[in-house]
Amino acid sequence: MKKKSIVTPLVLLIVLLLIYAPILILAFYSFTDASTIGQKAVFSLQNYVTLFTTPELAEMIRGTLLLAVGVAVLSTILGTLGALGSFYSKPAATSVYRIVNQVPVVNADVVTGFSVCILLVIVFGINKDTFFPLVAGQTVICAPFVYLSVYPKLGQMDPFIYEAALDLGASPSVAVRKVVIPQIMPGIVSGFVMAVTLSLDDYFVATYTKPASFDTISTYVVNATRGSQTDIKTALWALSTVIFAIVLIICIGMNRSTSNKDKKKANKMRRANA
Amino acid sequence: MKGTFQRKYLGIPYALYLLVFVIMPLIVIVKYAFTDASGRPGIGNFINFFTDPNTLGTLVYSLFLAFATTMICLLIAYPAAYCLAMSKISSKGAILMLMIMPMWINFTLRITALKELLTMIEGNLALHPFANSVIGMTYDFLPFMILPIYNQISRIDKSLLEAASDLGADQVQAFLRVLLPLSMPGVISGISMVFLPAMTNYVVLDMLYNSTYIMGSLIGSYFSAYDWHGGSTISLILLVIICIFTLVVGGDEGEKNVRGGSVL
Repeated sequence: MKKKSIVTPLVLLIVLLLIYAPILILAFYSFTDASTIGQKAVFSLQNYVTLFTTPELAEMIRGTLLLAVGVAVLSTILGTLGALGSFYSKPAATSVYRIVNQVPVVNADVVTGFSVCILLVIVFGINKDTFFPLVAGQTVICAPFVYLSVYPKLGQMDPFIYEAALDLGASPSVAVRKVVIPQIMPGIVSGFVMAVTLSLDDYFVATYTKPASFDTISTYVVNATRGSQTDIKTALWALSTVIFAIVLIICIGMNRSTSNKDKKKANKMRRANA
Repeated sequence: MKGTFQRKYLGIPYALYLLVFVIMPLIVIVKYAFTDASGRPGIGNFINFFTDPNTLGTLVYSLFLAFATTMICLLIAYPAAYCLAMSKISSKGAILMLMIMPMWINFTLRITALKELLTMIEGNLALHPFANSVIGMTYDFLPFMILPIYNQISRIDKSLLEAASDLGADQVQAFLRVLLPLSMPGVISGISMVFLPAMTNYVVLDMLYNSTYIMGSLIGSYFSAYDWHGGSTISLILLVIICIFTLVVGGDEGEKNVRGGSVL
């Protein structure tokens, strides 16, 4: 037993080090004037100045965020409606939904991006500059995850509440809006958040379907590694550090709120038992 | 009109969306894969693929790379998930979140960080293309392996292990014959999250200054050459591999939580 108590923290520490060493080292050097890491360097905020004052970078970041929110809203609406419709359909129809919904989930993003591009741009002749192929393509990879996070919530719901609403005089559409939707809200919200993160992380769909003049963070970073502009390259270190800090803050916040919730729950149980 | 509303009609927009943007692209891929540049139908594209040593070599290389990546991910992720799930420390949730968090940081930025570190260590990245590919893919996909295995192990009833030791099994036996088999669903869904992306995510290779090709790179280069037929052929071959893989490995179960849904 005693041996285990050393091994466990050691394993966890090593894995966390593996995961965070590159990110933290890059974060450290983002605050210096170094152009490659490991170099002797002096403290400098130049990378952050470049990041926040270069119009090209600011525009790229704004574009990525706008796209992510737009795609996530569209995916959330479509995925939620899909989950509702399929949950209340006949079993055969439900399994058709499930199978087709699973296609973009298991498919490689390269294939999804390529095939959506061929259909929309080559077969239908839609101009990439309209952003339609980009938004439609990213929605293909995001909406199925909304569906998957909403669907189980419908199963956990008490079906008789809906019936009760009808008995009390609500029309079916009002009952869905006022009774069903609020109960599956946690699933809708986590689906939305997932859609945002999937869109932010996407490279393949974006690269095949985006307008030539538009860049997301992913496509921009990949092009920048091919390029030779050192100030842009090191400004991206600053971007990586900023995103890391934001994600970390959100995670700490989420962790706090769930542990608070757990505490409240425990308190409530204690009071109930007393 | 009010009386005709039925809840199943709500699914119509999504059904249409799936039809147009999921089913139709697949049909188009099949059509392009089975026609040549002049539009004549035939299986010439596939004959070219399987007789050209370059493309066939790429297929074998990507399978090998994906296999190596999956194994190394497993070797790191299993002990990590096991230790975390079995430990009695109170900050479990926080540590799990730290392990999963990279999922939410843009992967191109994470690979940039890795690239800088590897360059510092190795000097010229082009000298070790295979090792760097495996390292890059492992770094990218590790959280997708840790999460399902952790979820599965923490669902296991720990009193089964006590029962095993009461019945005379030592710790190793209890692990090999009770815990390991019960954790397999998590392992399988982790494998299915890592293997296929490792065959196709060619950006990781590109960013590590790699000149080696995997299946995804072929689609990329056909795309740049405006060869829709070649690209569709590769896509269809990948789809077949995905289908076989899904059938053999089974699990679409648990897949839903794998992208971090269960943590959110």
